[in-house]
This record gives sequence, C-alpha cells and structure tokens, in this order.
Amino acid sequence: MVKLKVWPMLAAATVLVAAIELSTGIHIAHAEDRFILMASTTSTQNSGLFDHLLPRFTAKTGIQVRVVAVGTGQALKIGQRGDADLLLVHDPVSEMMFVRDGYGIDRRDVMYNDFVLIGPSNDPAGATKAKNINAAFRNIAKSGASFVSRGDKSGTHNAEQRIWIDVGINAVKHSGGWYREVGAGMGATLNTTSVMGAYTLTDRATWLSFGNKGELRIVHQGDEQLFNPYGVMLISPKRFPHVKSAAARVFMNWLTSDEGQGAIAEFRIDGQQVFFPNTK
Amino acid sequence: MSDVESALLSAVRLVFTLDRDLAEIIGLSMRVSLSAVAVAALIGVPLGGALALLRFPGRKTVIVLLNAFMGLPPVVVGLAVYLMLSRLGPMGVFGLLYSPAAMIIAQSVLVTPIVAALSRQVFVDFWSEYEDQLRSLGAGRGRAILTLAWDARSSLVPPVLAGFGRATAEVGAVMIVGGNIDHVTRVMTTTIALETSKGNLAMAMGLGIVLVLLSLAVNASVFIASEAAAKSGR
Repeated sequence: MVKLKVWPMLAAATVLVAAIELSTGIHIAHAEDRFILMASTTSTQNSGLFDHLLPRFTAKTGIQVRVVAVGTGQALKIGQRGDADLLLVHDPVSEMMFVRDGYGIDRRDVMYNDFVLIGPSNDPAGATKAKNINAAFRNIAKSGASFVSRGDKSGTHNAEQRIWIDVGINAVKHSGGWYREVGAGMGATLNTTSVMGAYTLTDRATWLSFGNKGELRIVHQGDEQLFNPYGVMLISPKRFPHVKSAAARVFMNWLTSDEGQGAIAEFRIDGQQVFFPNTK
Repeated sequence: MSDVESALLSAVRLVFTLDRDLAEIIGLSMRVSLSAVAVAALIGVPLGGALALLRFPGRKTVIVLLNAFMGLPPVVVGLAVYLMLSRLGPMGVFGLLYSPAAMIIAQSVLVTPIVAALSRQVFVDFWSEYEDQLRSLGAGRGRAILTLAWDARSSLVPPVLAGFGRATAEVGAVMIVGGNIDHVTRVMTTTIALETSKGNLAMAMGLGIVLVLLSLAVNASVFIASEAAAKSGR
C-alpha cells in the first residue's frame, strides 16, 4: 500500500520542482534586483581580475555585476542584440565602430596590458633574436614553424591579424599548413600551442595566470605595436530601452574613478602587475 | 606526479573539502538538469504513449524526427534557444537569457526527444503484451496510455535516466544560453570547460571525476528505489 503512494508523490514532487524552477527563473530575471550584465573578454575573467574588482564594487554599491566572458567579437555581438548592459573589451577599432553604429555610448579607456609572443623554449624560428615583432612574425612564417591563431575575431585575434598585414604575409592562405586557426578562447589556444610546440600571440595576463605552460615561454615582447588597451562602454538605452543604464553607469564611473583605477593597479598575478590603469 | 594521479588527487580533495562554491555549482547543475528532465518526462512520456498507441496522420514522420532528434547537437539547441530568448528574439521581452530558466529550457528541448523516443518503445512492448486484455476491458486508447504508463512505470525509468544523463553531461547548450556566470549560471560542465581553458587540467579532470560520481550516485539511488518499489508491490 505504501508503494502506491510513492510514485504519484514522486511525480508530483518533480512537477513542483520544475514549476518552482521555471517561475523563480522568470522571477529572478524580472525582479528589479540590483544586478547588471557585462559582456567581457576571457583575458579579464581567466586572469582573476574580476574576482579582485567586483566584490569591492558590490560591497560599496550593492550592485552585482554578472560577467559573461567571451571573445571581444562575440561580446560586441551580445551588445548588438541588447543582451548586456555594458561591455569591457579590448579592440579599439571595433569599439569605435560599435559606438559609431549607435549600439554603444560613452566609450572610455580603462586600462591596458600588452600582448606577448609565446613559443617553444628552443625557439626554432629564432623569434627571440628578431629586432621587433614584425621581424619575429616574418621569421616564424619563413621557418615553417607552426603558429596557432585564435581565429575567433577576438581582440587578440584582430591584433595578430594586423601584424600579419603589416609584414605583408597572407597567413590565412596557409591555414591548415603552418598557420593553425583553432577558433577558440585564449586558454584553449594556449593548450593547443603547448601540445604542438607552436607559436602564438597572447595577452600577458592570460599568459601569467595560465597553468599549463609546458615547454612554452615568452619569445618576444615590449614593442609599441603590442600595446593592448581595454575600453568600457554602455549599451545605448536609446536603441535598447530595457538596458539598466543607470546601474551600468555607476559601475563604469567606479571603474574609471581613482578608487577603481587604484584597484586595477593593485591586482597582481605572482607578484606582477598585469593591468595598468589608463583613464585620462 | 602523472596527470592521472594529480587529477585523482584533486578529485579526492574536491570531494573532501567541498567548499561553498563547488557545492553551489553542484546544486545548480542538479537543479537545472532535474528540472529539465521533469519537463521532458511530462511531455515525452505522454508523447511516447500517444505515438505507440494512437494512429494519426504524420505519426511515422514524428517518430522518425524524434529518433533523429535524440542526437541533436547541444550547441545547435543552445544557439536556437539563444536566438529565441535574446532581446531581439521572439521571447526577448521576458529577459530570460543568461538565467537558470534559460538553461532549463535549452536542456528540456535537448532531452524531450530522448525521453519520448525511448518511452515510445516501452509503450509498444507493453501494448503488444496487454492489448487483448485492455481491449476486452473496453478501455479506449487514451485510457490505455494512462493504464500502461502506470503498469510500465519502472520500465519508463531508464528513458528518463537516459535523458538525465544527457542533461548533466552537455556543455554546449548551457554555455551559450547561461553564459557561465559565476554564482548565477555556472554548472559542473561549464566549470570544467573554464578550468581547462585556464590550463588547470588536473583541477578540470578532478571536477570531471566528481561529475561522474554524482551521476553514478543518482543512477544508483534510482535503481535502489525502483527495486524497492517493485518488491513491495508484489
């Protein structure tokens, strides 16, 4: 007799759980909870910068910042569909276009770090000896050593593309040969690079916090071209009336304030500063 | 230390220290996947019964479609649900993207065909066994579905478990519609993907082992429960 009651109760319980889940989900999404959604890049997330910054901001203002970390290209797409309240990305050229096209407003410089060229310790292409990053890229192409490209329209991918254009090499033509486009985030790309003993371009923060370096090391760094600036901007409330502009602006103001800039400067990976405040 | 050893070690460490973040992630994984499976069972079991017992135009097409949809790629389902729920999509006004509700919807879509197709087979088998008996009792086919669902309840558990397995294992759909937001939509599989991308391979593999153990625990408890229920019923 007991058994007869078990199954209907089980069924009722699951139905109840499902109903509660769906309704609370909808409830959460609708409630004027103090949270904003920021689309940002994997470099800022994976390095741990947000774990350092966001609790300070939330403690001060009560506004929770939810981060969706993707490549800059995808973050801009999320913004274009109105699915975020603000963006923190690193590709000034596409950021300007984003603002020009009316999707974003009030773009501000926040911070910068730099790109570094990573390669195997024995450096078969002689990138270490190259006098600048362009020469290093040329050496890689000439040597036939493998180069792993993000291939995902991220800020890092676009920076790499600009260097190939500068040196006049059509790397994409060699895709599948020495040029390998993985179409993945920075970390996944570094994992591939490590296994292949190849070269790749990465931002310094992701590199320093990356846990699977293997035989890889920095083979070139320090050129002006490797400057990697991050910008913050709000999604236009004119275009998307539902965005939480006011709360997003509070966060943007904090990031670019002395306090926010100071918090960025304080952040360390293995004792090294990796992001440098840049608001004018 | 080898990769396997360090993965096992971090799995053991994860299980025994069970910090708040990990507990939260496991909790969300279970909430999302169990809810999705509940929705899938509610739709899939009656649908499977109807496809087995009722005769209507297009029935065979639906059966073929369902069988094919058992292999729906999670990333495609995720993208489709993303486009639906995005602000520019038809359900954009609800603002459900990047919430657990979005993840439940995506996994329900993914799992319903599995539950429906597999439970249809259960109904077909039971129907061939009990058809004469039910007909002689004068039960209509709609009524027969209910009766069979009740009689076949323990045989309907595996289809639902198969759906649950699919839901907890997939990463493509929840990553796209959930966004892997810390403390909001981060589940086991998206955490594993994140740790892999950070190059923390041992940690990622450790989490993977924990996920497999969880799945094992759920399956074992369901097995024991249905054994007990079957025994007390006789």
